Amino acid sequence: MSEEKKSPDELRALAARFRADTLRIHAAAPETRVASSLSAVEIYTCLFYGGLLRHNPANPRDPARDRLIVSKGHGSISLYPILADRGFFPKEELKRVCRPGSFLGGIPDPVIPGYETVNGSLGHGPGVGSGMALALKRQGSDRRVVVVTGDGELHEGAVWEAFLFAAQHKLDNLVLIVDDNVRCMMDNTARVVGLAPLADKFRAFGWSADEVDGHDVGAVCEVVGRAMASKFEGPRAVIAHTIKGKGAPSLEGDPLCHIRTLTPQEVEELTGGAP
Amino acid sequence: MSGPKMRMRDSFLQAMKERMAGEKDIFFLTADFGSPVLDAVRKDFPDRFVNLGISEQNLVNVATGLALEGYRVVAYAIAPFITMRCLEQIRINLAILSQVRPMNVTLVGVGAGYSYEVSGPTHQALEDIALMRALPNIGVWSPADAATAAAMARQALDEKGVRYLRLDSHPLPNVGDAPTADELRRGFRLGGSKGASVAIVSTGYMSHLAVAVRDELEAGGIPVRTVDLMNLSSPDMNALETALSPCRAILTMEEGFIGRGGMDGLLAIQLAPRLPKAKWAHAGLAPHYSFEIGPRDELLAANGLSRSALAERVIELINA
Repeated sequence: MSEEKKSPDELRALAARFRADTLRIHAAAPETRVASSLSAVEIYTCLFYGGLLRHNPANPRDPARDRLIVSKGHGSISLYPILADRGFFPKEELKRVCRPGSFLGGIPDPVIPGYETVNGSLGHGPGVGSGMALALKRQGSDRRVVVVTGDGELHEGAVWEAFLFAAQHKLDNLVLIVDDNVRCMMDNTARVVGLAPLADKFRAFGWSADEVDGHDVGAVCEVVGRAMASKFEGPRAVIAHTIKGKGAPSLEGDPLCHIRTLTPQEVEELTGGAP
Repeated sequence: MSGPKMRMRDSFLQAMKERMAGEKDIFFLTADFGSPVLDAVRKDFPDRFVNLGISEQNLVNVATGLALEGYRVVAYAIAPFITMRCLEQIRINLAILSQVRPMNVTLVGVGAGYSYEVSGPTHQALEDIALMRALPNIGVWSPADAATAAAMARQALDEKGVRYLRLDSHPLPNVGDAPTADELRRGFRLGGSKGASVAIVSTGYMSHLAVAVRDELEAGGIPVRTVDLMNLSSPDMNALETALSPCRAILTMEEGFIGRGGMDGLLAIQLAPRLPKAKWAHAGLAPHYSFEIGPRDELLAANGLSRSALAERVIELINA
């Protein structure tokens, strides 16, 4: 069981490496959703290297693990290099994303070691995670359930059913991280169906809510860690303010970046070529 | 038919309650749909009973989470809502996910077919068989009586997997003796005349009507084999083929839309080619919604599903 805790400098270096890995995966597999994967790089890095998530690469379903549900599954291509680096599967697999025979698809499925549930069809994580959290509490376990959603995903009605439920049952072992990259597929979320004020909405629903710069690894570790450790008698939300397409200037600031593909040349310029 | 009338949900819940007392890994969820027997479950097992409110999507998702952590989960609601309001959740988290991570979840829908005859199409379940049958990894169980519903409660707890259990809401007599373990495994229960050249295959409430049609035909000198089909996803087709091999005329009867992938689709595609000497006809509801209010048997009769009309249909099939 690993609960490795790296320093902020080390986390920054790791995040930079995983961002480059993500771009390289995208260059080889342009079907992948790169912009929404780039916004969450620091979130995933902090979960696995910031001492936040207990995990066991040798036994991905170790009962002593914390449960991680990546509800915004399409936006987790950046988790592939992290899981490989942790040892959930060989790094060579990263070269085969979206290739015939690979288990690493454009939308991840739980055939990938490290993934708990079927993701990418949006809006399922909060409810399934609530069921896991309820079970763990009933079983007397101190393990936590961490769910990562996007902001556009919160348009799905089922998540609000889950938010009501989690508060009703005071699921203080449930932590929701919203990768708030302010964009859904076709535009800025605020121009489609706005979510603001999101933190207030969570508080009104009986959750604690904190906000953090989702690209500041030190702050992410501190705020998520604090949310996990607090004595609040209910579920906890952390809204991570992020930039969709972070690290790729042609994506950052483009309301349509969700469906944008980077050319191999762009990726080479951004990453400096092969590692 | 035998014994007094009883509701399937009462026998199912009673059987579940008895098992919950000794087996601490059974968790019961409802989407604000109850009954007096369920009140007893709620009272006796407060730690393993949750009413999620009117939220079937969350019902299925929470059931999934509990099941992934090792509970055997029963999720209970009105039939059209637990199948169609949350079809996406069933597909993603039960049908797809259970193929990778085995789990035990039983979706219980009360209100099969026209059960809620005065409530109109919102509360009637005429598409549920076809929709649930379309999903891999989901069993579709359709008991015809309280004895079968109780047996299926125990079967659901004893077998890993995910299934949809379709219960009638009305008190009904038992169609026959409680199904044996062998009958449950095969997924059907035989009645009527062994070796008959005429058969009626039916499910749920229609199995009661099938007995009435059989009695009418046999009184007229036509022996009839009846098959109460309890498993609509994966019955033992070899055993069905053997049981129906003497038949030259087979009528199927279901309280659901016809020609849309329900029980008729199952039998037409998987069984009919194996019985080439038989003529087949499929009785069910024409695919349009009914806003009529009336006794169930009148609603069925309006669709040609009265005892006399069905007996006539069998005779036409024999003579065709």
